[in-house]
Amino acid sequence: MKKNKQKELKINRRELLAGSASLGAIAFSSKVAYSKETNLDNLPPNVPEWTGELGEGVDANPYGMPSEFENNVIRRNVEWLTASTESSVNFTPIQDLEGIVTPNGLCFERHHGGVSIINPKDYRLMINGLVDREMIFTLDDLKRFPQTNKFYFLECAANGGMEWKGSQLNGCQYTFGMVHNVQYTGVKLSDLILETGLKPKAKWVLAEGSDSSGMTRSIPIEKILDDCMIAWAMNGEALRSEQGYPARLVVPGWEGNMWVKWLRRLEFGDMPYMTREETSKYTDLLPDGKARMFTWVMDAKSVVTSPSPEKSILYRGIQQLRGLAWSGRGKIKRVDVSLDGGKNWQTAKLHDPVMSKSLARFTLPFEWNGQELLVQSRAIDETNYVQPTIHELQKLRGVNSIYHNNSIATWKVNKDGTVDNVRLG
Amino acid sequence: MFALVKKSLIFFVLLFIPNLIIADERKFNLGKIATKTEIAGWDIDVRPDGLGAPLGSGNAIKGEEVYAEQCASCHGDFGEGIDRWPELVGGEDSLDTHDPVKTTGSYWPYASTMYDYIYRAMPFGVAQSLTYDETYQVVAYLLYMNEIIDEDFVLNNKNIGKIKMPNVKGFLIPDPRPDIANVNGNPCMQNCNSSTKIIGKARDIDVTPEEEKS
Repeated sequence: MKKNKQKELKINRRELLAGSASLGAIAFSSKVAYSKETNLDNLPPNVPEWTGELGEGVDANPYGMPSEFENNVIRRNVEWLTASTESSVNFTPIQDLEGIVTPNGLCFERHHGGVSIINPKDYRLMINGLVDREMIFTLDDLKRFPQTNKFYFLECAANGGMEWKGSQLNGCQYTFGMVHNVQYTGVKLSDLILETGLKPKAKWVLAEGSDSSGMTRSIPIEKILDDCMIAWAMNGEALRSEQGYPARLVVPGWEGNMWVKWLRRLEFGDMPYMTREETSKYTDLLPDGKARMFTWVMDAKSVVTSPSPEKSILYRGIQQLRGLAWSGRGKIKRVDVSLDGGKNWQTAKLHDPVMSKSLARFTLPFEWNGQELLVQSRAIDETNYVQPTIHELQKLRGVNSIYHNNSIATWKVNKDGTVDNVRLG
Repeated sequence: MFALVKKSLIFFVLLFIPNLIIADERKFNLGKIATKTEIAGWDIDVRPDGLGAPLGSGNAIKGEEVYAEQCASCHGDFGEGIDRWPELVGGEDSLDTHDPVKTTGSYWPYASTMYDYIYRAMPFGVAQSLTYDETYQVVAYLLYMNEIIDEDFVLNNKNIGKIKMPNVKGFLIPDPRPDIANVNGNPCMQNCNSSTKIIGKARDIDVTPEEEKS
């Protein structure tokens, strides 16, 4: 009887697999009807269904995808935020990720004119303006320069921008997910300009994308020569199209908007270009009607990714709190965690590697027995900057800055283990 | 005679050779020299001082036609913005209020930025399709609707760097951060003065996208 049942299950599974295969590429993205319940027949002492049959052979998936049971770990957007998906943003599911590396397919997207698809054979980088030689490079040219490999976080300046006036979105992904962290491979601009030369009057660089928005930002020469690079690879493989394939600018520690994707041109000049993105956008409006301009650095920030609004506490007893911390000014030195809304703090464990201008992972074990908690985390970076509260920021900047909200968030753990994004005051 | 030649040679060596050496100092010998034509096609940016503005001109009267055809479907007939597409006109005296309205007239500090952005990125989805004259016309129309120029004012490459925008002095540099008090790495750890009263809950606002139930 039991054998028969197992056989039946096997057939069903095969049919399901065959069905998925015929659906081809969309099989993964569609919600496959795998049971969310535990099948007791697969538990000891029984022989699990997958043991009694052969699995797929090599090359069944020439490019491997995550397990179908993880199909909830995806980027998500907030439709009402923007007028069109081509000029919009989605969010990294940081609440579902471990360690510090963001998988390429989960890195949040921010486009201003959709994703450009560029044949690498048609890629050209132009360098003009105040250089000794105005030049054009192919992608192959760029790859023949000395290479650098570095982990950096990229955070949108508007990450958490919806939370200035109060708690608005009930999700870790929606309030902190405009950040990702990958290892870039590319050429440092300080090496690239050895080829073009640089005129003494060159103080600013205009970086320009070739996408439909022609994205442009001005960057001071000191930053360009310090640690900026042109990357063609992330996490070991070519850039994803949505991250600027075949080449993007990397501006470590500075706001994501400056990391121009689909980079086509660098112009060296003697003053900033005052592009739309650095005047009408990415300027921080203060209560007196004046706006801060050229606020490039992403200040120290941290977030508890679990428990969080998407990550309820499911069991009483021991818990492993997890979170991420980062700073555009260097390395994270310490992260403190409070379970009582900021009255008492304990220092979390920071996990190796802790790198400059990269996400850092922290954890802290704690006991939960059904009591309400107000969970917070507070990052301190190597410059001794302490992540502020929202009230500290509001006192200085009001509530209409949009950008650079790096304040401490509060997750309220309810008695049933569910978690809410709340504002204390 | 010989002395003169020798002197000229020295002169040549001193003045010209160093330049030649610099010009040939390509470390890796990668890439190619860009031609003027190649640069002209891609170097489309326009700076606040007008540098880069291409030869052309236009006024608001002509701009109204181009705007109606190319821009109004998203930005509205009067720049009021349709749905969530940006408002382009109005918003004066709103920047220090609870609900600031940031438009080309109330917020943008330079007319050059309007030219630069409209030419490179607009109309949305048909970027870099306007002619130089059409771009000047649309910018002139927006400046006219924001009461910055008259309707017959002819905007061109010579005067675009001289338009005075109302909010040109509205921006603060350099960045004053870190602007918060605690930059000594030593925050309170025990019995800290922190309010634990809940004054807002995202769940109550109810704007979070719902998960599809599978």
